[in-house]
Amino acid sequence: PHPSYFSPGVEDFQENHKREKHYGKRRNGDRQQNKRENQRRKRSSKSVSEPETSEDGDDEEEVNNDGEVRPELLSPEELEKLKEAVDEKKKLIQSLRGKPWPMKQKLVTLRESQLFVEKYEGALGKGKGRKLYAYKVMMTKKWMKFQRDFENFKTACIPWEMKIKEIESHFGSSVASYFIFLRWMYSINMILFGLTFGLVMVPEALMGRPYGSIPRKTVPRAEEAGAMDFAVLWDFGGYAQYSVLFYGYYNNQRAIGWFKFRMPLSYFLVGVGTVAYSYMVVIRTMARNANESGIGDDNSFNFSWKMFTSWDYLIGNPETADNKFASITTSFKEAILEEQESRKDDNIHLTRFLRVLANFLVLCCLAGSGYLIYFVVRRSQKFALDGLENHSWWERNEVNMVMSLLGMFCPMLFDVISTLENYHPRVALQWQLGRIFALFLGNLYTFIIALMDAINLKRKEEKVVKYNITMWEASLYNGTGSENSTAPPITIHPADVPRGPCWETMVGQEFVRLIISDTMTTYITLLIGDFLRAVLVRFLNHCWCWDLEAGFPSYSEFDVSGNVLGLIFNQGMIWMGAFYAPCLPALNLLRLHVSMYLQCWAVMCCNVPQERVFKASGSNNFYMAMLLVILFLSTLPAIYTIVTIPPSFDCGPFSGKNRMFDVIQETLESDFPAWFSKVFSYASNPGLVLPFILLMV
Amino acid sequence: MGTTASQLAKDSLSEYQELTFLTKQEILLAHRRFTELLDRDERNHPNPRVPMEVILTLPELKSNPFKTRICQVFSTSEDKDGSLTFEDFLDLLSAFSDSATLEIKSHYAFRIFDFDDDGTLDCGDLEKLVNCLTGETEDTRLSSEEMRQLISNILDESDIDKDGTVNLSEFQHVISRSPDFVSSFKIVL
Repeated sequence: PHPSYFSPGVEDFQENHKREKHYGKRRNGDRQQNKRENQRRKRSSKSVSEPETSEDGDDEEEVNNDGEVRPELLSPEELEKLKEAVDEKKKLIQSLRGKPWPMKQKLVTLRESQLFVEKYEGALGKGKGRKLYAYKVMMTKKWMKFQRDFENFKTACIPWEMKIKEIESHFGSSVASYFIFLRWMYSINMILFGLTFGLVMVPEALMGRPYGSIPRKTVPRAEEAGAMDFAVLWDFGGYAQYSVLFYGYYNNQRAIGWFKFRMPLSYFLVGVGTVAYSYMVVIRTMARNANESGIGDDNSFNFSWKMFTSWDYLIGNPETADNKFASITTSFKEAILEEQESRKDDNIHLTRFLRVLANFLVLCCLAGSGYLIYFVVRRSQKFALDGLENHSWWERNEVNMVMSLLGMFCPMLFDVISTLENYHPRVALQWQLGRIFALFLGNLYTFIIALMDAINLKRKEEKVVKYNITMWEASLYNGTGSENSTAPPITIHPADVPRGPCWETMVGQEFVRLIISDTMTTYITLLIGDFLRAVLVRFLNHCWCWDLEAGFPSYSEFDVSGNVLGLIFNQGMIWMGAFYAPCLPALNLLRLHVSMYLQCWAVMCCNVPQERVFKASGSNNFYMAMLLVILFLSTLPAIYTIVTIPPSFDCGPFSGKNRMFDVIQETLESDFPAWFSKVFSYASNPGLVLPFILLMV
Repeated sequence: MGTTASQLAKDSLSEYQELTFLTKQEILLAHRRFTELLDRDERNHPNPRVPMEVILTLPELKSNPFKTRICQVFSTSEDKDGSLTFEDFLDLLSAFSDSATLEIKSHYAFRIFDFDDDGTLDCGDLEKLVNCLTGETEDTRLSSEEMRQLISNILDESDIDKDGTVNLSEFQHVISRSPDFVSSFKIVL
């Protein structure tokens, strides 16, 4: 018996053509309904002897035999029904692409529906509001066409599509998902870059005071000698430090340029705006993913899913296909075995003990790495006090190198420890990811705490320097002439003015250095761990005792979860530091761009498809959730410093204010009319704000 | 209507955009790849039909264990020989595209897995399905004992009305709760 997959059979194309002249072919129920409608209309129009109360007056034309109806003869309800039929046809056209019919049938239905809509749509518009209706219809058509063209254009604009498709066909969709995630991150960073570059860096560079005009914008005399050295520039000191790249360069003048661009306000709002935008994008993507994917961790259809959904249709490479066959077979056999085997109860105490031991070891590792970082940061502060030139390269970059090395070796250690635990591989993977996450988080926060110590140190220094500056200024004026108070102003070169310490720039510099060293470590590990290894295995295989390709080193596999975590943490550092170093999004954009090409090349050249293919189910939303947590945790320190610490008196757009967010208050008072600030002060009454927030939640 | 020699008519293009989940570039690319599969003389034919063996040389389908079933399902030829016209090809790409809905993908997946075309997945279909998935060679196949166990487990899970077969709605119920299905059931040219 042939299954009726479509509604009554695919009829002949010729036949359909003939019938199009009439109301056209309908499907099952529609046919009856339409006949009834048709007859009703004929009856109603024929039985009209007295004039209808239609809008157009009394053209009493007969219905001709073809079934064409003149709308003027119809009463308003029938007009409504006709309008409904037209709308129904329009909906049918929209839904056609989701129907599992062959193309011929869809084409036939499309054409007859379009004919119907065209014939009656224009006619429906007669009478009252006809021009408006026709206009509305035309605008809707134009809008739909525009939307479709825009969709086409957007798909054409997506970069790197061919690269990712190649990777998909060689490695399957799990490896490709990393690159899709990288591309998505790139687009976010593009927007962040646009905001910081366009609204902060460019106005200051174009319209602010130029380099060398005021003290904060000039390299101090003491540092001038080495300001152009490559080593100093690489460390982001010298000329790099006194430029739009860092917080300290910006002037606190309220409005700059000929159109009175409010620089400090813009700086503050861009900082807030980048965070808000990131939250919005991440949450929106999470919501979209949650809608699309089904309920993730349901184990009730284990076997059926293995059967029906395990093949990856994107695979186009025979070697990958063979790997996939092997992995599917293994997973079937394992699942059958697991189902059959009764749980062996005898070793449960040993297993539990081993698991507790493993967790204890991991905690020790985490604590150890946290302490190491703290120790190293304090040491580097001591070095800074001694003067950086006295120490070797290692000692100067100790902090960053230690953090990157820890990030590289500790996960391997966790891997080894996890063999004690004897978990199912998918569960073990989740534990591993959780531990790496805790490691990175711990390291980052220890780093921040150490940084806070440095900030406090600088603030104490500030008080001393302030005192010194007043003494110095007094001595200047005393020296030139003590008779009149209207002594001629003394011109001192800005490089000679004693400078206050700038903790914000220091923070920005630390973050930039950290990101650079992190990037370098990643690339070097990639080159050595993947590329060099592949080269060695390939060429030494001829003259080695055992088969290098099948045995010990062999080619490396692409570590999806490790790379995704690295990307997420990198982004967290950007979010943390972007307020103090506006150059960070630009740097990250460059880094992601290079990473994309480098990793695509490395994957295709040095890696082999994974033997055991693990789709951590719902991993999409898992990574998004981690990103959201990191976003929250990285904006916390920045918010804390903005709200509690007063800005440096001698640098940055907020110098001289008590707190950075005072700039908002100032803008409200001076730029907006008086009534606005009154309204705002009423609105910011806690009694009003709290219920409003509760209502929104 | 079919396609003309080497160009796709503009109104056909807009109709295809309306009726499939593909964008304009994807349709044009599909047209180009399809025409490459034709012989020189066939290209001037108004509605050319490509035999199955030629379709299976496409790199996207070559390594797929279900390639013959896919061609048979989407083919509209009377001989049921799996040959595809351009419109069949577009239907194929639309069902496997990124923006296709879950309903249409699960509908076609069911038809692909239904090896004997009887409207339900019975033990014979499931067995053939498992053999497709485990590859061609002898050492990767499951033993008959394992096969029996596997099929009975699957029927336990998915056969809700316990009639010994999985019908379309039971299949769609199982598939709709899977998070991997939509992303793995994809073919892109």
